[in-house]
Amino acid sequence: MRVPVGWLAEYVDVPAGTSVEDLDAAFVRLGLEVEEVHRPAEVTGPLVVGRVLEIEELTGFKKPIRWCRVDVGEAEPRGIVCGATNFAAGDTVVVALPGAVLPGGFEIAARTTYGHVSDGMICSVRELGIGEDHAGILVLGDGFEPGADARPVAGLDDVVVELAVTPDRGYCLSMRGIAREMGTGLATAWRDPGAAEDPGWSGQPAWQVTVADADRCDRFSMVAMEGLDPTAPSPWWMRRRLAQSGIRTISLAVDVTNYVMLELGQPMHAFDRDAVTGPIVVRRAREGERLTTLDGADRQLSSDDLLITDDTGPIGLAAVMGGGSTEIGDGTTAVLLEAAHWEPTGVARTARRHRLPSEAAKRFERGVDPEMTVVALARAAELLAEYGGARVVGGPVDVDTRVPSPAIALDVDRPGRVSGVPYPPAQVVELLGAVGCAVEADGGSLTVTPPSWRPDLTDPADLVEEVVRLAGYDDVPSVLPTAPPGRGLTDTQRRRRTIGRTLAEAGYVEAPAYPFVGTPALDALGLADDDERRQIVLVRNPLSEEEPALRTTLLPGLLATLARNLARGRRDVALFEHGAVFPGGVRTPAPVPGVDSRPDDDTLAALLGAVPAQPWHVAVALSGAREPRGWWGPGRPAGWADAVQAARLVAEAAGVRLFVRPGERAPWHPGRCAELVVGEGGDERVVGHAGELHPRVCAALDLPARTSVMELDVDALPPAPVPVGPRISAFPPVFLDLAFVVPDEVTAAHVESLVRGGAGELFESVRLFDVYSGPPVPAGSRSLAYSLVLRAPDRTLTADDVARVREGIVAVVGMRGITLRSGD
Amino acid sequence: MSGANDPYDPKQVAALSAEALDAAVAAAREAVAAAADLDALAAVRPAHLGDRAPVPLARRELGALPPAARADAGKRVNAARVAVTEAFDARRAELAAERDARVLAEERVDVTLPWDRTPRGARHPITTLTERIADVFVGMGYEVADGPELEAEWFNFDALNIRPDHPARSMMDTLFVAPEDSGLVLRTHTSPVQARTLLSRTPPVYVVAPGRVYRTDELDATHTPVFHQVEGLAVDRGLSMAHLRGTLDSLARSLFGPEARTRWRPSYFPFTEPSAEFDVWFPEHRDGPRWVEWGGCGMVNPRVLVACGVDPEEYSGFAFGVGIERALQFRSGVGDMHDIVEGDVRFTTAFGVEL
Repeated sequence: MRVPVGWLAEYVDVPAGTSVEDLDAAFVRLGLEVEEVHRPAEVTGPLVVGRVLEIEELTGFKKPIRWCRVDVGEAEPRGIVCGATNFAAGDTVVVALPGAVLPGGFEIAARTTYGHVSDGMICSVRELGIGEDHAGILVLGDGFEPGADARPVAGLDDVVVELAVTPDRGYCLSMRGIAREMGTGLATAWRDPGAAEDPGWSGQPAWQVTVADADRCDRFSMVAMEGLDPTAPSPWWMRRRLAQSGIRTISLAVDVTNYVMLELGQPMHAFDRDAVTGPIVVRRAREGERLTTLDGADRQLSSDDLLITDDTGPIGLAAVMGGGSTEIGDGTTAVLLEAAHWEPTGVARTARRHRLPSEAAKRFERGVDPEMTVVALARAAELLAEYGGARVVGGPVDVDTRVPSPAIALDVDRPGRVSGVPYPPAQVVELLGAVGCAVEADGGSLTVTPPSWRPDLTDPADLVEEVVRLAGYDDVPSVLPTAPPGRGLTDTQRRRRTIGRTLAEAGYVEAPAYPFVGTPALDALGLADDDERRQIVLVRNPLSEEEPALRTTLLPGLLATLARNLARGRRDVALFEHGAVFPGGVRTPAPVPGVDSRPDDDTLAALLGAVPAQPWHVAVALSGAREPRGWWGPGRPAGWADAVQAARLVAEAAGVRLFVRPGERAPWHPGRCAELVVGEGGDERVVGHAGELHPRVCAALDLPARTSVMELDVDALPPAPVPVGPRISAFPPVFLDLAFVVPDEVTAAHVESLVRGGAGELFESVRLFDVYSGPPVPAGSRSLAYSLVLRAPDRTLTADDVARVREGIVAVVGMRGITLRSGD
Repeated sequence: MSGANDPYDPKQVAALSAEALDAAVAAAREAVAAAADLDALAAVRPAHLGDRAPVPLARRELGALPPAARADAGKRVNAARVAVTEAFDARRAELAAERDARVLAEERVDVTLPWDRTPRGARHPITTLTERIADVFVGMGYEVADGPELEAEWFNFDALNIRPDHPARSMMDTLFVAPEDSGLVLRTHTSPVQARTLLSRTPPVYVVAPGRVYRTDELDATHTPVFHQVEGLAVDRGLSMAHLRGTLDSLARSLFGPEARTRWRPSYFPFTEPSAEFDVWFPEHRDGPRWVEWGGCGMVNPRVLVACGVDPEEYSGFAFGVGIERALQFRSGVGDMHDIVEGDVRFTTAFGVEL
């Protein structure tokens, strides 16, 4: 809503000395967010009202040129050359005299043109920077004295405050509502432009009207006018205010309806009466009906659309837009003015269905004062009579089926209880009165009837808000409540934090990506057609058509971020992300229960069950050097082992034992993919994969060879057991190094578990310290060298103890074809 | 050497004479002083403290003296022995210190050499700032509640008093999910966690719900279609707007310094009534102290309590939501939203592992 301050001042006695900043602050205090303050462009120098005395049409030029004698309040008229033709002798216009500087630094000087000295310029609205209309020069109309400063007349001193009006306050989409708010906000006198007197129309209703859907239209009013001068222009002040409000000037009849809408908040429509055939019926659309609306669009109507119809069919999309067949034209002399009250949600549906967020629909959706229909008709009739010579014929139509809105019971202490500010009862009553409520007090209980323009006030809480808002939010004190003791973070929450910290401390940088993917990204990963990660959830109105789905894996986003970092010149990148993924699949729709009470248990279960599980994944991706080169020597390239180790770190951070074994899954290199497993025996569960990307994937994504990734389902990790404290022996350890010749098909993880098992109860720890293949180790095998620590809880170990351990290990591994390397 | 029973005149046992002992001590001191290093000192030691050195030899003569003379001579010998030993010890300590100093000096390194063989990574500041805010509330006794990003429309809208054809619904710029009757949306705010919490717990309830939310906005310097909020909800007996302000002021102080506080502007959210948007006074703003728009808040609309089975006559509550990206932008002076969402490691690394 754009509010010209000059217009506002017609209704509100703005205290002297109130600055635009003060107004801004007052709007904000009232809950009317100021989006922008529009100040007109500056015009300096002499800008005056002029009256055109004589016009001489100059001929012989490519376009019409006029040589005008203009009275600018001086002893002698000035001669001015003008290229526009939309004015006549006797009109008052705005003249920029030599020395004036118009917006854009356009300096006016006397100059010779078309054979005459032009001693100034007759201005258009665009040249003055007050509108876009460049069709002709600005004709002011009567009542202006030549030579007077034209700035106030042109609106060049008027600031426009643009407000963001929240959807509960439709009444603030009018000067009437804004005036009420500002009268209260500035604590000053104000006049209600809607408090007009009854026009006193009488006689037979001017048209036969039936409202067939009273639920969606509880008041429908009309008045007929004849004798309209179709050539009569809208007065300048009206055009100026429409322009300030961002509304285009069309014709007097249309401008008047728009102006009254801005003034009173009542959207109106003017029909060409001679184009309306037979009685008017307000009804729902029928199957197959169509309507060409004023914007020229031919629309297929829905049976939910409410229409204004005549014998020919639809002539208007109710509350949203009029129809082309009854549009006011150049020759229209008789009009039917319509002002009605429509049910908001139906208007919202129609406006959305037809993508027509018109000024009218915007207001009806948010609630319009049903008292205003006849008031608005009277105001429009008055303006059309004054500026277009039209006169009302017959009596008004007023189909009024409204039911009175219920009163609200309010405990007078309630606003104080809610806000923490103890308002005196009298103040509560006074503030509700300022809102426009009728208040009856009976001791501490109030019976409050909200005003007709506030359909948003339905509950005691709504009234509380009005009291607190008008009393001022600044009065609310600051008191910290004492919450009961909480249980801190849950295990899941702690685990997620620890995983993030662990990876960050290990050198990975967190890089959360937008969770949207497209099929090409899944193709690039080489996912098979039946891969479950291709079961996606589609967004109906995606941000980008290329990425219309929700991710089922973190890898596409993470690899895109990796590529972006590489493209920006980073060579060594290690990233991680953790977050939800969204598995697709067929599901039952979520129910939409009512909101008048808690949903019953079955409905609630269905509701919760319809929301798919969104597992929390963690992923890493790395490329380049994991350890940089430096003065200590060369760096170490990142590789599959880092990705697998990242999974081990995650598991350790989560307090869970992770088993690693060879795996095969897209997008990993088939020989360099680890399957990550938790649990043993029957509880075994694959929770993720890690390793090097398949070379084809690197090529498809333009990533460096050997780029490695890990992805793991954190939600699939079992809860961490409570750790059991080990017994710490103070007796000395024995260190035992053993190297084995191991067939290639036996994994290191398996050898290690065999060594652990074979070492028996003296085992303390084991560590693989060397891997070697090549002579003298036979082909098909490799050497794995382990360093063991043995220790007893109660004594110092002997050579015999160590020999027994060694024999035990050799015996166990021997069963898998593993032998000690000779020389050990 | 004299026999034990020989008549003996101490003055005639030259080795025990004061002069002889003094000379021996003097000679030892001279030799010690002349030793240039520990090896030289060790080399001269036998000549002064070895078995054949003058003072130990003189000590052996003591037994030959008559008891009357023995005590006196014994004192002299002992004094001489102590003097020689001390001279050696002192010189050895001195030389050892010299040697150590020299060796350590030779072992000097350039301690400014970098050793970033395993560079630290970082967590994203949105994550760490979110945790920090959650921790402020955990410290007050709140619990952290979670909700899904892909959410039922009922939780995102209906339960929050956002009716199907209300303009507020279409103003939410929602991302909808296929099929059309799925009843699911990408949540447009963290407020659905309010309804989930009230349906799963009984008051008193004090929770914060951090999380990622979605709107159909374009990414620009100050907007991103995917962003993060922290929602707060308290439902208890007797809660008022004063408690809401106290809570927000406390949050503001813990994040933006002891002078921070909040200012409210009346606004509209269907799920709170009264509703306000709030600004925070941020003295450390890079463009100077100022009010910065931060979030929305209000008293839980009794209709929401009713939809969740909580009696609004018995309980009242407040709720608030703050934008994390916005907080990060002004708290850390981040001018461009692109930096927050693009995942450039240079940006994220600047924030470290904790914020």
